[in-house]
Amino acid sequence: MTDVNPDNSQKGADISRRDFLRSGAAVATATLAPGVTLIAFGGSPAEAKADAGKRWGLLIDANKCASDCSACVSACSTENGWKGNGNAETDVQWIRKITLNNTETGREVTMPMMCQHCEEPPCVDVCPTGASFKREDGIVLVDKHTCIGCRYCMMACPFKARSFVHEPVNNQKSHAPRGQGTVESCTLCVHRVDKGGVPACVEACEATGHGAIIFGDLKDPQSDIAKRLAEYQSVALRPDLDLNPGVRYSGL
Amino acid sequence: MERTIYREIKATRPVWGMAVMLGAFIAAALGSFFYVEHYGHIVTGMNNQVVWGLPHVFAIFLIVAASGALNVASIVSVFDRTDYKPLARLSALLAMALLVGGLAVLVLDLGRPDRIIVAMTTYNFKSIFAWNIFLYTGFLGVVALYLFAQMTVGIPYSRVRKAGTLAFVWRLALTTGTGSIFGWLVARPGYDAAIMAPMFIAMSFSFGLAMFILVVTTLCRLSHRPFGDLLMLRLGRLLAIFVAAVLYFTAVRHLTNLYATEHRAFEIFTLTAGGSITTLFWLGQVFIGGLAPLMVLFHPSFGKSPKAPVVASVLVVMGAFAQLYVIVIGGQAFPMPVFPGYEVSSNFFDGAVASYSPRWPELLLGLGGLAIALFVTGLGVKILRILPTNLSDANVGLNR
Repeated sequence: MTDVNPDNSQKGADISRRDFLRSGAAVATATLAPGVTLIAFGGSPAEAKADAGKRWGLLIDANKCASDCSACVSACSTENGWKGNGNAETDVQWIRKITLNNTETGREVTMPMMCQHCEEPPCVDVCPTGASFKREDGIVLVDKHTCIGCRYCMMACPFKARSFVHEPVNNQKSHAPRGQGTVESCTLCVHRVDKGGVPACVEACEATGHGAIIFGDLKDPQSDIAKRLAEYQSVALRPDLDLNPGVRYSGL
Repeated sequence: MERTIYREIKATRPVWGMAVMLGAFIAAALGSFFYVEHYGHIVTGMNNQVVWGLPHVFAIFLIVAASGALNVASIVSVFDRTDYKPLARLSALLAMALLVGGLAVLVLDLGRPDRIIVAMTTYNFKSIFAWNIFLYTGFLGVVALYLFAQMTVGIPYSRVRKAGTLAFVWRLALTTGTGSIFGWLVARPGYDAAIMAPMFIAMSFSFGLAMFILVVTTLCRLSHRPFGDLLMLRLGRLLAIFVAAVLYFTAVRHLTNLYATEHRAFEIFTLTAGGSITTLFWLGQVFIGGLAPLMVLFHPSFGKSPKAPVVASVLVVMGAFAQLYVIVIGGQAFPMPVFPGYEVSSNFFDGAVASYSPRWPELLLGLGGLAIALFVTGLGVKILRILPTNLSDANVGLNR
């Protein structure tokens, strides 16, 4: 049984996961672009409208990321309602902290890793049903209603950014529907972004005072993220694959 | 030489025994399916590192063998070798049955098998997986047409030939598609290689013929129908060529990887440091599935026995499972090179070789797929005129 977020269901009634997803399909589906349908992560269809004039992205500064801090991971988990069940191999992980040790110099840095929201996402290419898709504004998502759980996207993702839901889920958030037997990953907190907000990880990192993650519109030259990218050196992961990810790293 | 007469097999006690045994395996697979469907994939050995496991090894074996099982018929219809003609119907039936078994495993392992209708109605045409859905269903249709043409009395042979040629071209496309499921995965060093497609075609020739030899031998024994020694030895020689072809492609693939520094780490993992993967590669794939069948088939004395191709076929099938395990599991277990030059660690197994231990629900599902394929074949020869009454050398036109 599933608890529906009381914010969105006044009665807070318990409904089954399947009913929840079915009702979601009926009422919360919003057409974002020709041929592309997205479950609205909460909010109205208007709020879920993706703007083709924008390309949302993150810039992560590994120099500012503290090795003993995982506020971004905790915030993502709380915001989106995913958590571990004590089995690291099968637990879902939308965002994780990675430790990098330069084998030549011995320099060690840590940084968060999540879906890189590629411009040319391999997960979208390989998905047989089109459940993996990219919004007009560059956010890569999984349509939970058409994902058949084949896991081919997980085979194709170069960043290990996706998780398969191995167990029944409960206490879902209405803005981040989840389902056993489907694949999920970072949504860039699309439900917040569509309301003009920033992803939970960015907010949490800012609150700790580290400010290691910047969120913004890569297409807007006046945005903080675009200015920083223009000014300082940064890298895209797996540049050899030419995927043009929306997530960039500096300080590596 | 009498005319080839095709007859349904009789429902004798051993035939019933076989049917009941296969039925038990199918029932166990269904039980396993409902168990996994209820509790989730947590009850399997698959995880977020190794997302495709033993069910996929079985499914790919069956799908690859399916296209290869059609070879005997193709040799007749496309390459005009008439001595295999009495085997052509069984070849087509077995090809369809193996594919059905493989697809059943794939579908029953989905996270959301209840959404199969979504997979059949919603397509992303950039996905090789979506193409494969058409290639698989199309294969069933084309081969069914081919079998129908073969079994229709009075049909001009040119039409049978056309149907056979279409089926042959289709099976090449199908195996290319299956190999490309891995070959087009650019992210993983264990895949991302165009050679996967032709290698899978060679594998299909070998695995499919081995399955054909084992099935036709079993069916002839069950129905007490003679099978010529020379015919069997001829199939054995064909199998030897296919086994050698698989070894050749395997060697080229690994030598190419060894030459490129960026792939060397993956090769060291597969060839020397991968633990069970390395053992399965050398002992399972190369020795049991490659060298041993060749030694059996070319043995100066035993190689002349009609038992040699049967023994070789058992070895080829065992090696096939080892090879597919090495490809499917080994390719996922090796970490992806996201940060070259760095030692990577995380609580999500970044930079680490992933572990995978198959559990019984996966094994039961895989064996169930194999059982479905064999059951469908058995049912086919029981109700249709597929198997000739006499496959002795004299009757198929082979002379000592």
